[in-house]
Amino acid sequence: MSDHTTADYSLGGQVPTGPKILTSRWESADGHTYDGYVRTGGYTALRKALTTMSPAQVHDEVKASEMQGRGGAGFPAGTKWGFLPADVHPRYLVINGDESEPGTYKDRLLMEKDPHQLIEGIIIACYAFGAAQAFLYVRGEMALAQERLAQALNDAYANNLVGKRICGTDFSVDITLTWGAGAYIVGEETALIESLEGERGMPRLKPPFFPASKGLYMQPTIVNNVETLSNLPYIVNQGGTSFKDLGGATSSGMRIFAVSGHVNKPGVFEVPNGITTFRMLFEAPEYCGGVRANRKVKAFIPGGASAMWFFDEHLDLPLDKPTVDQAGSMLGSGAIVVMDETTDMVKACWRVVRFFARESCGKCTPCREGTTWLERILHRILTGNGRREDLDLLFEVSESISPGLAWPPRQTTICPLGPSAVSPIASAVNRFRNEFEHYIEHGRAIAGVEYVPMHAGSSHGAHAHV
Amino acid sequence: MSDVNDTEVQETPVVVKTTLSITVDGRAHEAEPGQLLIDACEDAGSYVPRFCYHPRMEPVGMCRQCLVEVEGPRGPMMVVSCMTPVAEGQVARTETPSVKRAQEGVLELLLANHPLDCPVCDKGGECPLQDQAFSHGPGESRFVEEKRHYEKPIPISDLVFLDRERCILCDRCTRFADEVAGDPLISFTQRGNNTQVNTFPDEPFASYFSGNTVQICPVGALTAKPYRFKARPWDLEQRESTCTTCSVGCRTVIQSSRDELLRYQGSDSDAVNWGWLCDKGRFNFENVNSEDRLEQPLMHDGSNLVPVAWSQASAAVAEALKTGTAAILGGARGTNEDAFAWARLADALGIEMRDPQLSDGLPAEVFGLPSASIEEAANATTIIVIAPDLKEELPVLYLRLRDAAEKRRSRILEFTAVSTGLTKYSWKSVPTEPGLQASVVRNTLGEAAVREQLSKGNVVVVVGRASLAESADHTVAALSAVLAEVPGAKVLPVVRRGNVRGAIAAGLGSNSNATEILTAAAAGKLDTLVLLGADPIADFPDTDLARRAISAVRNVISLDTFLTESTARASVVLPASAYGEKEGTTTNLEGRVTSVAQKVTARGTSRADWMVAVDIASRLNVDLGFDSVESIQRAMIATSVFAPMADGGANTREGVLIDQPATALPAVSATAGTHSSYDLRLVVSRRMYDQGASTTHSPSLVGLAQRNVLRVNSADLARIGVASGTSVRATSSKASVSVTVEADDSVGRGVAHLTFNAPGINAGDLIDVNASVNDIKVETL
Repeated sequence: MSDHTTADYSLGGQVPTGPKILTSRWESADGHTYDGYVRTGGYTALRKALTTMSPAQVHDEVKASEMQGRGGAGFPAGTKWGFLPADVHPRYLVINGDESEPGTYKDRLLMEKDPHQLIEGIIIACYAFGAAQAFLYVRGEMALAQERLAQALNDAYANNLVGKRICGTDFSVDITLTWGAGAYIVGEETALIESLEGERGMPRLKPPFFPASKGLYMQPTIVNNVETLSNLPYIVNQGGTSFKDLGGATSSGMRIFAVSGHVNKPGVFEVPNGITTFRMLFEAPEYCGGVRANRKVKAFIPGGASAMWFFDEHLDLPLDKPTVDQAGSMLGSGAIVVMDETTDMVKACWRVVRFFARESCGKCTPCREGTTWLERILHRILTGNGRREDLDLLFEVSESISPGLAWPPRQTTICPLGPSAVSPIASAVNRFRNEFEHYIEHGRAIAGVEYVPMHAGSSHGAHAHV
Repeated sequence: MSDVNDTEVQETPVVVKTTLSITVDGRAHEAEPGQLLIDACEDAGSYVPRFCYHPRMEPVGMCRQCLVEVEGPRGPMMVVSCMTPVAEGQVARTETPSVKRAQEGVLELLLANHPLDCPVCDKGGECPLQDQAFSHGPGESRFVEEKRHYEKPIPISDLVFLDRERCILCDRCTRFADEVAGDPLISFTQRGNNTQVNTFPDEPFASYFSGNTVQICPVGALTAKPYRFKARPWDLEQRESTCTTCSVGCRTVIQSSRDELLRYQGSDSDAVNWGWLCDKGRFNFENVNSEDRLEQPLMHDGSNLVPVAWSQASAAVAEALKTGTAAILGGARGTNEDAFAWARLADALGIEMRDPQLSDGLPAEVFGLPSASIEEAANATTIIVIAPDLKEELPVLYLRLRDAAEKRRSRILEFTAVSTGLTKYSWKSVPTEPGLQASVVRNTLGEAAVREQLSKGNVVVVVGRASLAESADHTVAALSAVLAEVPGAKVLPVVRRGNVRGAIAAGLGSNSNATEILTAAAAGKLDTLVLLGADPIADFPDTDLARRAISAVRNVISLDTFLTESTARASVVLPASAYGEKEGTTTNLEGRVTSVAQKVTARGTSRADWMVAVDIASRLNVDLGFDSVESIQRAMIATSVFAPMADGGANTREGVLIDQPATALPAVSATAGTHSSYDLRLVVSRRMYDQGASTTHSPSLVGLAQRNVLRVNSADLARIGVASGTSVRATSSKASVSVTVEADDSVGRGVAHLTFNAPGINAGDLIDVNASVNDIKVETL
């Protein structure tokens, strides 16, 4: 256990630190190349696993690491692998590189800046649970990531690190690189599987089948996130316990958070998991360096656009999954969006809802019809055509998508996309009802807020601060 | 339960429970294992609203309308009942406040963008969305935004229109096209709120089964050209009937308004069609309403056919049948009762020569072989298919066999000279050539892998006449070869016309087949030829022989619904009432007798065939012993073949199976030499849409028949040195015709394919019906 667990969560306390295990090569000009990777200790974990450990031992280390999946749900990776039915082959590893939630851009950087680390993690995972084929699914728009992964795969094949009889052992695995056509929904694992199969990217119903038992081509399939797999070289080299000790009691390892919005230095930061607070992340000079123009934080989204919003009373919570869950939101995929006191909450709410309405796949009724309806009501309010009953109507329509508006959400939909559009409404309308009412009464925003596009300072402009 | 004798040791009977005990809305219910909760709830008396769920297709759980609560370890859980299998001890609630809230919510969302054009929508009055909005909906909409707009409606095929504004995206039509029909030509495009069903660019929804999508559409998004704006559902009257377009015998509901047939819908018979119909069977009712129907009797006055009274026409027919030699061709398009009446009349008059087929089917003996039902065929471990393209000729049987292969119940072993609709679903499709089938079958059945497959379970042989340009002997020989190898195999004979089996069972078959009858006629040995809905010039494989025969016979008497080339040369033409205009029963290819219903008044003065037989009998002082459908049926039941009808089973949806007396296949010496290397062996088969009366007189279908082309394998075409798409001269022993040739690799090497009775060149001109096989020479012009 690390000594950080007793740290003071106020900014005055010590900002916890840890080694860079995921982002160690990001500053290096050739970190993404084969030579640069090998020079800095790359592929030693793979050789160690293949030549000195049994698959079960690798799996045991991952279980010991207690690593929570970094894709959004936070399910322990080692446990997930254990759901594969014994002796059913072929089985597949699918790598979810379709990171597309607004504000989320950590996987893209992992793929662009350290593609070999991911490939090494993939082979280790395949070795651990006996897959001979992996499919690496990268979001359609990530051109640089695709290019670098393709080059890295070619180099890895050329050096016998992927393919037949890897490193001279009996273990063989192929990695197929594929990319989507730009749909947020294929980040949902069953929609991703459909897309991989050449079908329209729409989620499958779970039950009856879960990917671990019947996934890609109705074979057992593990879908893991890019960051999750990128941690594996460290876990194999240093041991699961050592990984676990980097984080807090209930959140192991280091974790990457992507911060965007109204902070001075938006970017991607690798922090000890579970013990750094939101305030530290926003204020510490080594991280975001404070909110712009020294303004106050009005609200922030702690874990991607589908999360419930947090406010100033949540600033001193640690970035710890159970803690954030308990407080009524989630850390999700680690995307944090900060809104300062000048933010127009009605517009912010509309922008997030519009994203989900546009990205709904159209498969199930509540999401297809409901998210668009919500977006249109909000747009009507924004354009000065709101009615008094619209706020209640927003909640009524939300209720049809997510009964009880509970957290974690219940859903009438097939997948969580529909309820995701409810989170910003439940957050913003409850907290800032006066701003919505002002629009309805006067056709414009309350004094003192200006509209700042959500993507300002987000992924396109951001640099990695590590 | 076994019969346990009292003196034997009594044991407590062990009751093996085969059902699952569940609770629905507080009521105990026994559900079938494997059943879905949505069906179990309905059985238990709690109807759960639904849109995407259809019992004949895989559930997808998309519309979310069927949400119910199921008791779980952590309290009640909302589940979609169409994707939830029943389980022992399951507790389901369909009417709690939260279920009602969820269902109302989904309905409100479905209606949000749905145009409320019910007053002008064909579906209004029979619309599941309308009905369930009333029964389970919130009552009013709070949607004040502008609704989605699309161009409405757009044609997606020659028969079907799509109104995307009404569509609720339930995936029924698209699933049907992909899952059931195997024609994935419609699909979702765009996404989210812009999701819409559409075809692919420049590829219409040209499926033979497109009409089913209209029937299963839960809103008025899909409409069919023949019915659009014709009636309101509450003005329709309906009766259940059987389609007699082909011999599958699909159960239908025929609907009319103001004494006019307006629509046929599929009726769900477990044994036969599962609710599906082909487009031809669904839409060819238009021919019954055609202006061209014969309305009164006609007689030849030496130069023309002129209208006469029935009394005059009947008297002339009676006079003709009284003396001389007569023969009867046809009878397979009518009811069992029609065929039975004519057979008894023929018996009384000593008319020996009869054949309900036109040498385009199978010898009657195949109906006396151990018979398989459609259900048995579609559940057989191995289905051997030696038949024409079922997708073209018996489309719904194709659906059933395709389903058997797709669901991995059965493996299909097909023998064919030209790829068929079933080829891609076949475990093994073995190319044959006309004349060589029996030896190819013998060789294939000798292969180790095939032997192993055949030993895995029961075998059903689906057998029919694959080509009209070869002797039926080759089919019989191939069937004999299978039965010699697999003695336990059952046979499903596929014949094209609706009631061949019934006509033969009723006694319209004889030792003389159509070829012999027409040969006798052509030789001047026949005085009178009665055509019961038969058009030999169009349907007999050898057009030349048919023409010569019709010209040589003094009295041609025709009962038909339309004037045809054959009837135009008749001395007496009697107008026959059509399907939908007469009552009775029909027998499908399995021997299943089901009812045929009269829904509208017969056209003009037209009569059912049986009435004509009774009338003529009375004019000749013959007492047939019946004078109504009911009395004919009583007479039929007195025969051993139709005895199973005694309990009224023919009036049920599934009907009743009859068996013909066991017979052995005729011994045939079916050999044909290989063709010379200059020749191609001719294969002539039928397509769904041809120049038959039911297509040509149905305005919606007439344009769907494709012009005839000679299809040849590209390698053969290259060998002959002819480019695809050019005109060539095709010469057989009978004739020489100029025809467009097309390269088509679904045609086997050494084979040339023509369509029978298609617009353009007439394949029948090239066929010598007495030849074992027909070869053609293809030359550049």
